[in-house]
Amino acid sequence: MRGRGDSVVSIQTLTKSFSTGVTALQDIDLEIAPGEFISLIGPSGCGKSTLLRVIGDLVEPTSGTLRVNGKTAHQARVDHDYGIVFQDAVLYDWRTVQRNVSLPLELLGWDRAKRKERVREMLELVELTGFESSRPWQLSGGMQQRVSIARALSFDPALLLMDEPFGALDEMTRERLNMELLRIWEKSGSTVVFVTHSIPEAVFLSTRVVVMSARPGRIAATIDVDLRQPRGGETREDARFFELVTEVREALAAGHGEAAGGRSSSVEELF
Amino acid sequence: MWWNARHMEAAASERRVWKVVPGLSKLATYAIVIVALCAAWEGYKWLWETTGWTWPFLVDDTTMPHLWDILKAFGEPVTTGGPALIHPLLDAAWFTAKEAIAGFVLGAVVGFALAVLLVHSRLLERGLLPYIVASQTVPILAIAPMVVIGLGSKGVEGWKAVAVLAAYLTFFPVAINALRGLQSADPRAFELMESYASSRWSILWRLRVPASLPYLFTALKISATASVIGAIIGETPASIQEGLGGAIVNFNQYYSLQPTFLWATNIVCAVLGLVLFGAVALTERLVLRRAPEHYA
Repeated sequence: MRGRGDSVVSIQTLTKSFSTGVTALQDIDLEIAPGEFISLIGPSGCGKSTLLRVIGDLVEPTSGTLRVNGKTAHQARVDHDYGIVFQDAVLYDWRTVQRNVSLPLELLGWDRAKRKERVREMLELVELTGFESSRPWQLSGGMQQRVSIARALSFDPALLLMDEPFGALDEMTRERLNMELLRIWEKSGSTVVFVTHSIPEAVFLSTRVVVMSARPGRIAATIDVDLRQPRGGETREDARFFELVTEVREALAAGHGEAAGGRSSSVEELF
Repeated sequence: MWWNARHMEAAASERRVWKVVPGLSKLATYAIVIVALCAAWEGYKWLWETTGWTWPFLVDDTTMPHLWDILKAFGEPVTTGGPALIHPLLDAAWFTAKEAIAGFVLGAVVGFALAVLLVHSRLLERGLLPYIVASQTVPILAIAPMVVIGLGSKGVEGWKAVAVLAAYLTFFPVAINALRGLQSADPRAFELMESYASSRWSILWRLRVPASLPYLFTALKISATASVIGAIIGETPASIQEGLGGAIVNFNQYYSLQPTFLWATNIVCAVLGLVLFGAVALTERLVLRRAPEHYA
């Protein structure tokens, strides 16, 4: 379906076991095309965060192949192909907002004028113009996470890796940031791998949802999300949205090893 | 309830006064504590002298001179016709301060460098840390003559040798706290730096060091006072007369005749320690502009 040559991420029969004997990931096959928005969803301990870290070359796989932009993950990291956003913003307290955003640019050796211009653009993108000189601890959780997104996108990475970025936020902030993230994604054209616990969030954001099951972590199902782009508030009220949410929920339940009879009950749970 | 409301009004206006003059309440606290301490000293002296209690020690003008006598001593000549005590004491304080500051800087640099080294090598940390800890169990009195004579034979001036002894006391808290501080950043902050493929140098400079600063300043505050102690103690076995250590040894010998001189010297030692501590605390305020909860 998707050619391996032009994939941003290409994973074949990848396995990750820890020295404790736990198999976190088993036989993972995944191709991610440029511009895709992929969500990894699954129960706790299904290895979705580990998979994200393996892709980002922060964790070494035990076996299997992984190519990012046709290179090894290590080379991709050296080439600054990754922008990462964690559950917490992980901003540096001792830096102002603008200096937090410009951190990767400093590391890439951009000159001051270029950095300043890009930081201005990025803060405009995440709608934080005017907060350049604020300190991270003066901002709300949602604003901090927007700074973190600006920092991750500032150097135009080929791949944006997001590990439950909105998991610590309240529902209203979360939905607003979901909308913003879609807007930023459309504008930047980057490829996103997004780890989440939330089914509606995964369906709302993604072009594809990868459902994982636990012990050992495997891909239980891959669901194409054919919702109309651009998405907005009305997407959440679309009948197709609910169908897809149900589909993901059933795939999750099936991954848990529940019998076919369990399906209808899990659908009822949702409503 | 009219009186109640009035009370509250008065209390509120009082609070406002404290806010209007920043630092006033702080200053008042200091003043109250000093007055209380002085009252405790004089009260104790008065009670023991009038009752004739001798436990745990005999109280008289030799063991506990009146505070005003101690203060008066600053103006009294040390030798007949000589300058008032305050002059030689200030000279001695300056001499000891030189040793203490040089020792403090040397100790801080060595301690921090050691921490940077250890944080990058698990092997070194495991191998060296026990000896660093053990170094502090050797009394400075035992090392002082060796250091002073050893460095003296190389032509190093006495006060510089004492500075080395002061550094011996100050490097330890800096090394231990800085090591902790250099490891203190969020693990994901390290992952973030790794995802940018940052060099060790970059991680050290942009993440480890800034994250360590609150820990470092805590250590520097301990070291500031320890450096004064180290300098005073170091002077004694080194037979250096020009500093506060020399003054203490000297006035110790005349204690039964002039107890106020030793007490006056003690006050100068304490003030010197406070000044160095204050200088570090002030620097901390200027350097660390963070969330209020980060202030130690």
